[in-house]
Formats: sequence, C-alpha cells, structure tokens
Amino acid sequence: MPSYALIVNGAQYSVDSWDPEQPLLHVLRNQLGLTGTKFGCGAGQCGSCTVLMDGATARSCVTTVAAAAGRRITTIEGLGTPEAPHPVQAAFIAEQAAQCGYCTCGTVMSAVALLARTPQPDRAQIAQALDGNLCRCGSHDRVLRAVARAAREGRKST
Amino acid sequence: MKVSTLARRDFLKGGALLVGFSFSGALPALALAADAAQRPPQRVLDLDEVDAFIAVRADGTVIIYSGKVDLGTGHRIAMRQMVAEELSCPVARIDMIEGDTALTPNQGPTAGSSGVMRGGVQLRQAAATACLALIERAAERYAHPAADLKLEDAYVVSSDGKLRVGMGELVGGRPFGVKMNPKAPLKQAAHYAVVGKDLPRPDLPDKITGRHVFVHDLMLDGMLHGRALRPPAVGASLLSMDLASIAHLRGARVVRIKNFLGVVAADEWTAVRAAAELKTTWSDAGTLVGHDGVRAWARGGPFLRDETLKSRGDTSAVGATALRATYYWPVQSHASMGPSCAVADVRAGQATIWTASQATHRYWPAYAAMLGLPVENVRLIYLDGSGCYGMNGHDDAAADAALLSKAVARPVRVQWTREDELGWDPKGPPQLIDLRAALGEDRNIAAWEAEMWVPIATANLAHVPLLAPGEAGIAQPAGQSVGLIAQNADPPYRCANLKVTAHWLAQAPLRPSNIRAPGKVANNFAVESFVDELAAAAGADPLEFRLRQLADPRGIEVLQRCARRMGWQARPARAPAPARGARARGTGIAYLHYKHNETYVAIAMQVEVDTQNGRIRVERVACAHDCGLMINPDAVRNQVEGNILQTLSRTLIEETRFDRRRVTSVDWQTYPILRYSEVPELLIDLIDRPDQPPLGAGEAACAAVPAALANAVADAAGIRLREVPFTPERVLAALRAA
Ligand code: FES
Ligand code: FES
Repeated sequence: MPSYALIVNGAQYSVDSWDPEQPLLHVLRNQLGLTGTKFGCGAGQCGSCTVLMDGATARSCVTTVAAAAGRRITTIEGLGTPEAPHPVQAAFIAEQAAQCGYCTCGTVMSAVALLARTPQPDRAQIAQALDGNLCRCGSHDRVLRAVARAAREGRKST
Repeated sequence: MKVSTLARRDFLKGGALLVGFSFSGALPALALAADAAQRPPQRVLDLDEVDAFIAVRADGTVIIYSGKVDLGTGHRIAMRQMVAEELSCPVARIDMIEGDTALTPNQGPTAGSSGVMRGGVQLRQAAATACLALIERAAERYAHPAADLKLEDAYVVSSDGKLRVGMGELVGGRPFGVKMNPKAPLKQAAHYAVVGKDLPRPDLPDKITGRHVFVHDLMLDGMLHGRALRPPAVGASLLSMDLASIAHLRGARVVRIKNFLGVVAADEWTAVRAAAELKTTWSDAGTLVGHDGVRAWARGGPFLRDETLKSRGDTSAVGATALRATYYWPVQSHASMGPSCAVADVRAGQATIWTASQATHRYWPAYAAMLGLPVENVRLIYLDGSGCYGMNGHDDAAADAALLSKAVARPVRVQWTREDELGWDPKGPPQLIDLRAALGEDRNIAAWEAEMWVPIATANLAHVPLLAPGEAGIAQPAGQSVGLIAQNADPPYRCANLKVTAHWLAQAPLRPSNIRAPGKVANNFAVESFVDELAAAAGADPLEFRLRQLADPRGIEVLQRCARRMGWQARPARAPAPARGARARGTGIAYLHYKHNETYVAIAMQVEVDTQNGRIRVERVACAHDCGLMINPDAVRNQVEGNILQTLSRTLIEETRFDRRRVTSVDWQTYPILRYSEVPELLIDLIDRPDQPPLGAGEAACAAVPAALANAVADAAGIRLREVPFTPERVLAALRAA
C-alpha cells in the first residue's frame, strides 16, 4: 500500500493509504486520531474540516492525502490544549464562543490564519475571513467578539 | 480516540458507577463507553427516588444523573449550578451523566425548552431533598438538633461550627434511600451564591481545543465504518444491485434487509467509496407534492379532521372585514452542521448504542423492538452531536448503525453524509395560516379568527417512525410528529371575540418532526405581522398599538425595554407605501409570550432593503427577554443570540426544495444558511427575575424574529412579505406589485 509522508503539528508521520485520493480529513481523524477536525459536508462548503497547510487555511475534506504529503499541516490539536490554549482558543474560551461546538475548531483555524495575515482586523474583515465557516447554532456574534478579543490581546502582548 | 486506551473505572460501593472526576463532561461518557461491555450496575431510576438523580461519593464529590442532555445549550453548567446551590457545594465537585438509559432516570426528551424548566427543576428538588436527608442523618448520628444544622461548602455544620461533617462521610458511596420530597425547601433567591452567575461551561475548553469527544469521534476496537444508502426517491424499492461494481474496494461488505441497504468496511474511506460506487436499481416513485405544490396541497387535504382550538365571544364581525391575510411557512431542515452519526454494538443478544439523541429513553424500546431484543438488553448512551434544534437525523443514524451492527456482529459507526442530513432528516412541517380581524370603534382588535392548515401530530405516537426499520420492513408505530404546532395562533392582546381553528392535514409533504419552537415560529410570524397590518389600519404606532392592548406587566416590560434598546421612534401610522430610492431603511417590532404561559420576548429590528436587487440586510436586532429566574445568564444569552441568528437564517433564506421524488436542496449551496458577514449587531437585554420560576430559553426568542423582520421590511420598503423565505425574488416581486 502506498504511504505518504505527512508533517502534522510538527511531527512526521508515514501513513498508508490505498487510495491517493483519500481526503486528508479521514487520515487525520482515523489514522492519526486527530478528531478535532470535523466532517461537515465533504465538499469544501462549510469549513468544519479546516486545517492549516503551510500556514494557509485548507479544507481537509477536499485535500487529498497525496496533495497534503510534504506540506506542514496544523490541526486544532496543534494549537493548544485545554490547560494551555493558543491565544485564539483562549479568547474563544473567554467569550464562551460556542454552542454545540461542532463548527468551532474549523472556525478557530480560520481565525488563526486571519490574525497571522491581518493582526488587527475590524469586524467586517473578521466576518469576511470567517464567511467560509458555517455555524448552525448561531454562535457567530460571540465568535466575532472572540476573534476581536484575540486581536486585542495580541496587540497588548507585542 | 480509542476508548480502549482509557483505564477502566471502579464502581461505587452502593452500586452507582464511579466515572472518575471530570469537570469537562466528556470523560464520564467515555469512561462509560469503555465499560459498556460490562453490565452496568443496577441503579435506582425511579423518578420518586433521590438516588435516581444524585449520588455522593466517599470523597464528597457528587454525580448528577440527568435524563435531559446538553445539546450545546449550556445545561451541563446550568444543572450543576442548580444542584450546587441546594447542596451548597462547588460546581467543580459535581460530575454529570446525561441521557444514559442504564444510569439516568427517564425525564422525557430534551425538547420544548424543558431542560432547565422541568429537568433542572427536578434535579434541584432532588438536591433539596438530599440536603434535608444529609442534615437528618447528621442530626441522628451526632444527636444534634437538625434545626441547628445546615449545609455549607459540602459539609453539614452546626451554627457554632463545632460539628462539621462532610457529605461524603455521611452518605458517601451509599444510596440516600429517600423519596423525593416535593416540599423540601429550596434556597431563597436572596441567598443564591451559584445560581445567577455566569459560570463558564465545562465542556468548552475541550470543544475549542479539539479534545471533546462527540459521537462522531467515538472509535471502538474492531469497529467498522458503515453507510446507509437511501433510495433515489422517497418510498422506492430496491430492485437489484451489482456487487461487482464495488469488487475493487477491498473489505467492503454490503448489507441488505429488504429495502434497507448499507455498506460496511474497516476503513472509512472504503465505506465512503463503496456507498458512492455501488450500482443499484430502484423502482420509480413519484409520490411527493414538490415544494411549489405545498400551498395548494395544504388547502386541498386530505384532512383528518377540523378542530376548534379556541373560541370565545362572537367573531362574526370579521365576516365583513377587509383585514385578512394568509401567511406561509415552508418546509425546512434542521440543517445540523455535522451530519448525524451514531455507533452501535449489537452482539450476543446485547446492544449498546451511542447516540446524540434528544430522547434516548423514548427511542430505547424502539431500538429494542427493531433488534428483537428485550429492552433490558439494550442500552442507549448519549454522546454530544452537532446541534440539532429538534429531531434531526441522529435517531435514524442510530437505527442504521444498530441494524448494520446486528447484521455483521461488529460495532458499526454510521456517519451520514451532508446529502443524507439535508435530504433525509425529518423536516420542519409547512404551515399555512389565514387570519381575519375586525377593529372596534376604539381602533383596537375587536375580533380575531385564525385558521391553520397544518399536518397533525398523531395522538400518543411513541416516536417518529425511523427510516431504517421502515426500509427493512420491521414493524414500528405509524404516524407523524410535528410538535405542539398550533400554539400562539391567537394574539397575546386583549380580544373579546376569538376563534382559532385547525384543519388537520393527515400527512406532511415530507416526514416531519419537531423543529425549534414547533409551530410557534410560523404562527407568531403570522400573528405579529398581522398585528402590524392592523396597527396600520388603526393608524397607530406599532409599539403603542401593542402596549395599549396588552395587560400582562411582564409583556409590557419586554416590549418597552426592547423598544428602548432599539431606540424606537414612534412612527406616524401609515399603510405601507412603496419605497423610493435604491435603499430603504426601516424598523419593526414583534412580541411573543411563548405558549401564552412561558417566556416573554420582544424583538425589534432595523433593516435595509435594496430595492434594486431585492436584498434585505439586517443591521441591528434588539431583544428583551424574560425567562424568569436565570440560572446562568450568559448561557441564556448564548441561546437568545442563537435563536435570533438561526431564525433570521430560516426567515431570510431557507426552504427545503423537493420534486416529486426527493429533496433536491441537499448541500450548502442549494440549502444556504446565514453567514458571518450577514450577522447584524445584537442588542440583548436579559431580565432576571430571581423570585420567579425558571422558564425555557432554548426556543422562545426565535418565534419573535420573523414578524419583527417582516414588519421592518414593511416599514422600509412598503411591502408586506407573507411568505417565508424572504428571498430577493420575493422582495422584487412584492415591490413590483406595490
Ligand atoms: S467538511 Fe470540509 S468544508 Fe465541509
Ligand atoms: S456552535 Fe453549533 S454549529 Fe456552530
């Protein structure tokens, strides 16, 4: 079975996949046990499966394992832990920015990518950057507040 | 995450399961998963018994057993707060087990905003009874007058502080063995230390860092991945399939039970491809009315019966009135973000089903019957799913998993696809509502008639019929469930002459179930839109028109506070006149007293209508909300925000589209929902009433949204939108007609 070299959250993995077209999402969840990345649509339409590839957001449901090989992949688990959350995660916790939380991890990943590009976005820029992340519960307002908070805290700390 | 890597847990001496301390809410469920192969300990599950709800461990930590579950709604913290308050113990010392049929009492489904209002209140009473029992026990053991003892920080203490004994020491590991005492005194609101505080939800750090275990994330040893293949047309039969079409997919197996068809494989991607590539031939079926045909169908029947739901005075005055209008609410999907998922392990005459069901106890006998097992051999364990807002596909996915697991004698995880979820979740039913009214000489509402054309809820239906047993030819109850769909069709204002009639349709265009604030969203859309039409006819300001006919002081207060938040400008009364200029701005307001006896809500909105392209932009939404005592105001706020945004989405955008054969809006392009850039500014005013019982916050606010929006659009552009969704095409058509 062909294997692929993946760099996920700083660690090197060699994963087997009988099909080069297998989405990265399934590899992350089922082979690496990184289940924070969620399946929402499988068609690049909802953002639940968002990860970072070489620092930019990617939809892991439409990224094949072959295309992901050799790229630097960051998943939600690579950002922080409940005890030591990443600043964006800390801001989400501070704002209690989730309801069911199913969309949340993908949204956090998009927010991290935004703040790396645009450290001080305004509300419209945040909303724009998150437009590919859907939320059915209506947690949007507190997510927008959380990202603004992360930007604020980021400014304070630099 | 493999649960097999988790350590097995010990059992409490008195028989309750010790699940290890975890504040996150996730670990107990997982630990249970690891223990599922063991027979669960015998627990007292009688609703009369304190032991059904609460156990104290020897170390003084507490376990809550809740039949109601946290659907992303904050119950996981709110229930802890209610119990912590009565037991005077820190929330961090409380674990909670939810919706496990072997361990939690049957408190009914988590629906209808009943989580805190009923479930939490029951737990609180159990805690208050436990508090009495603890004091009695200490009084007996130490021969100290009970009246001099109280609970403090999980200790029973005497007033002089000399006697101090921990809860764990008094009952730890042993049952209370006392009946629920409905009169056990509750802590006075003035002394609340925990209730009313914005304590953070225990599950969020895990959810935000990707560690939380949703049902989607449960992986058991030896588990197979399964998919159920639904027919290309509702009601079609499977004529043939070509197994050779998936011969190239190693390890894929097909399970067929009559028209129930599934595939399983050790590897999820293999299962996905097998489901996509298996060649099948189905009979043709074209039994649906199509989304464009629903209105005509609703008027045409067949009807089961007509029913007068409310009647007082004499409504004949409406006979001559020109004030009449028809409102329509379309079929909608729960549209959960994560397609439904479940894991089942059906082997050797035992079944364990991990499900995100709102109603594990209700579906327990259904799965037992489906699997041909005695109920005591079946156990349902709740694990979080994606938010559902009513019965989405979770229970069907669990049935799929159970049938597949039974067929292959291995644990099976079934993950629905996006197309499954939007196509096959039971749908929010359509509603057609005719309203007629007459104004009196005082220009107030003198008579009101409402006629509803709505699918009936089958009386005493055990549960919504499930897809898998239907396809597999396994007997199950027939009928349909729509929730309490007929409430709030009469105005919450003074009205001496009233008649509300339902024409109960025997069926629904697509299999229905309850969807958030069942019926009330549509009914209040009609009622509060129509009230604005009446206000215009009366030449009154919409706010003043409402206030002057409203008697309930709590209703008056939400309206006034909402108007203040919005900066309501009393506006000259006028019948809608078409907008001039490209962009028109307006405001609208709507009021709701949920079911006429629960939460009070007023919502006001400012919108901008682009008269060139027909787009509505919601700029600001103000809401005043009174759900009585608030256990956790931030959790209430979260629900109110969600209610508003989700219902804006439903009102502006959403309609399930279907043809004669099947649902055609099966992805986020054909069934779009609100996006971040469409989110308005929210101005929320929560009214706390510590002296009042807690009411629900999960639904009420959504039912005030559509009319506030319609009224704002009418104010902005002079058009009255009476059909949901308010698409640009409908707006433009209304502008052309104006
Ligand atoms: S699951 Fe990848 S975008 Fe929806
Ligand atoms: S929080 Fe539930 S889908 Fe976003």
